[in-house]
Amino acid sequence: MTLDELFRPFEFEFFRNGIYVATIAGALCGVVGCYVVLRNMSYIGHGLSHSIFGGYAVAGLVGVNLFLGAGIWGVVTALAVGGIVRRRPIGSDAAIGVVTTASFALGLALVQLYGSPGRNADALLFGNVLGVTTADVWLIVGVALTTAAIGFFFYRPLLFTTFDTQVAAATGVRTAWIDALLMVVLSATVLATMNVMGVTLIAAALVVPAVVARMLTDSFPKMLLLSGIIGAFSGFVGMNASYHLDVASGPTIVLTSACFFIVAYVAGGSFRRRAGAVGHAH
Amino acid sequence: MKGAPDVAGGLIVVDDLTVNYGGGPPVLIDVDLTVEPGDLIGIVGPSGSGKSTLLKAMLGTVAPVSGSVRRAPGLAVGLVPQVETIDWNFPVTVAECVGMARARGLRVPWMTRTERAEIAEVLDRLGMDGLGSRHIRELSGGQQQRVFLARALFTNAQVIFLDEPTSGLDVRTRHDVLHLLDELNSDGLTIVLTTHDLNGIAAHLPTVVCLNRSVIGAGRPDQVLVPDVLERTYGSPMEVLEHGGMRVVVDAPLDANVTQLRRRSAGGGGGATA
Repeated sequence: MTLDELFRPFEFEFFRNGIYVATIAGALCGVVGCYVVLRNMSYIGHGLSHSIFGGYAVAGLVGVNLFLGAGIWGVVTALAVGGIVRRRPIGSDAAIGVVTTASFALGLALVQLYGSPGRNADALLFGNVLGVTTADVWLIVGVALTTAAIGFFFYRPLLFTTFDTQVAAATGVRTAWIDALLMVVLSATVLATMNVMGVTLIAAALVVPAVVARMLTDSFPKMLLLSGIIGAFSGFVGMNASYHLDVASGPTIVLTSACFFIVAYVAGGSFRRRAGAVGHAH
Repeated sequence: MKGAPDVAGGLIVVDDLTVNYGGGPPVLIDVDLTVEPGDLIGIVGPSGSGKSTLLKAMLGTVAPVSGSVRRAPGLAVGLVPQVETIDWNFPVTVAECVGMARARGLRVPWMTRTERAEIAEVLDRLGMDGLGSRHIRELSGGQQQRVFLARALFTNAQVIFLDEPTSGLDVRTRHDVLHLLDELNSDGLTIVLTTHDLNGIAAHLPTVVCLNRSVIGAGRPDQVLVPDVLERTYGSPMEVLEHGGMRVVVDAPLDANVTQLRRRSAGGGGGATA
């Protein structure tokens, strides 16, 4: 492949938009993923993205704004999971498995029956560089800036609640509010990135960069920074690979970050013990 | 130490408190307890007796079914959790762990110069000078306790609660923690702790509360650590021996057969400590 061939796709606006969104989405997922991984919430990220797919399909059918409808659907399913756990002797992992996969199945059924709202189903499930509009770029920029502002001003309560919820609550931090804020940020991240990552692979985009960063540092601020950089780089490289290999963008982005994981794991033998302690990816 | 605010009768007044979880059986029944400025109180009782729940109720994270917990207006409290509940692989250094506690209101993420100086001062006070940049996993058992004490002190807490502060510690480290708590209390800090350790901790504190869902007895160790109160607290006969001027609580032999077994295995030795 010549350099000309490598840079040719940058002539197309759709590709530039795709690159912008994938790079920002990678950084965003990398940063938000640190909280997801350290709170052992990997499965919630996995479930939320699947459930939002159902909401997206329902919103398209009913004719309301796709992002608003899907976002509200995500919140409702999260509340449904919480309600089931409180009222029945069922663990949260099992409740997430039931509710979010049912929502995902509903989305798949509706898309097959009535067609996909907005984009084709494959693009929503696995991500696609085609059809990323300027509006999508502004959406991800908006979500990323809002998340950065929240991460900046609520850095300490977010860290305290993530590390030690019980003590944070006891010393006056409004932990329920902080938890809800994180869920809103997570939902917005999933919504804004589903175009390029695909709902089936967003969880990996959240988890893998954070796990790699955790293996490389023992400092939380450095982990946030490293995870954001690894996510952004994976988004950029993965999107280019998607174009040249003609493969959906979600898999190429996730595979790029998985390469980081393999390198960090193999190179850092002494880090293996820590890697085992930071949760598991889905 | 700062002057502490007050409600009628104390810093924290627990009045006729009953607590349950989700409508289940009561964990605490009609508990009365007053924490006054300068107190150093140890709450003892068997597993499931409501010790941790009483701490949570005083901290305000568990709501009463009936009765009340009144805290002096503006009272700053700190909690030192059980070390077993901490994720020691979490990516924070000692200084970051202490600094995260000042989390209320909008603040910049990094520690200001003043805050860095305060953290260094509080670590120095607890004998952890120069350990700020260490990862929390790299600390010894006693140092791990001190990090969370430092975190509570950094928030300018006037009352510090400790949940089982000496569980899992060896004898020497347990003594160090006890002496440190005594020093902090002498400086004016009010301390409430729970413990299973009757001889190593409770017997050395000025005030002991024996709890088994209700308060069975409260007062000085020589008033409370007596066979009658201990038997009603633990539901098992106990004896109190005098040894070198110290009170030592031991299990009373259950019956002749058990005593015989103990003698045989221990070469004629007595009962085990509680």
